[in-house]
Amino acid sequence: MTTAIEVRIPTILRPFTKEQKVVAASGETLSAVIADLDVQYPGIGERLLENGALRRFINLYVNDEDVRFLGGLEAPVKNGDSITILPAVAGG
Amino acid sequence: MTLKISQAHIDAIFEQSRLEYPDEACGVILGSLGKDHAFRLKPMINAAHSPTFYEFDPKDLLSLYREIDDNDEEIVVIYHSHTETEAYPSRTDIAYAGEPGAHYVLVSTREEIAPATEFRSYRIIDGVVTEEEVSISE
Repeated sequence: MTTAIEVRIPTILRPFTKEQKVVAASGETLSAVIADLDVQYPGIGERLLENGALRRFINLYVNDEDVRFLGGLEAPVKNGDSITILPAVAGG
Repeated sequence: MTLKISQAHIDAIFEQSRLEYPDEACGVILGSLGKDHAFRLKPMINAAHSPTFYEFDPKDLLSLYREIDDNDEEIVVIYHSHTETEAYPSRTDIAYAGEPGAHYVLVSTREEIAPATEFRSYRIIDGVVTEEEVSISE
């Protein structure tokens, strides 16, 4: 398996990744990368997805571009790309 | 835990809250990594432009985290204003609190207590709210 996509993990999800800030994953779409992450770090997928869609208050970026503008879960990714996960800072 | 904060930062947060009224105002105070020292105030735009909701713009959020990483800083305080209710975390504040290491500061500028104001600080971890003391320096 070639695992050359870098994924930056926010503090709140680091308990899943044994406190690692950056992990490697593989896949050709964001959806596949999340599935791979969930195999490596069980439970993390559920924190990113809800009913098969991206959670509203999780922000994902591929190479610093918000994935909402790249096709969401179908956003294409390739080796060498960098994915950043950030929880929204929001409230009422 | 106690939040240590300067009077100048408190004044700046209230000033921003008044300027952005009736929308909620929001921002962060940054400090050196691991020091828990609120040092650099950075007002943020409330992308929701709402009196009942606040959200950092996703682009601003990414820039903020990049800046913090580059400067070996961390978010010490995440603050926002409540314009009509008390300075206590709302259900949505608790649901979306995503920084377990941050002090969540709420200020209230609601009319019924004017000209008094409220400034309170909390930890919000896994849905549990713990109020903490605020120690003010000059």
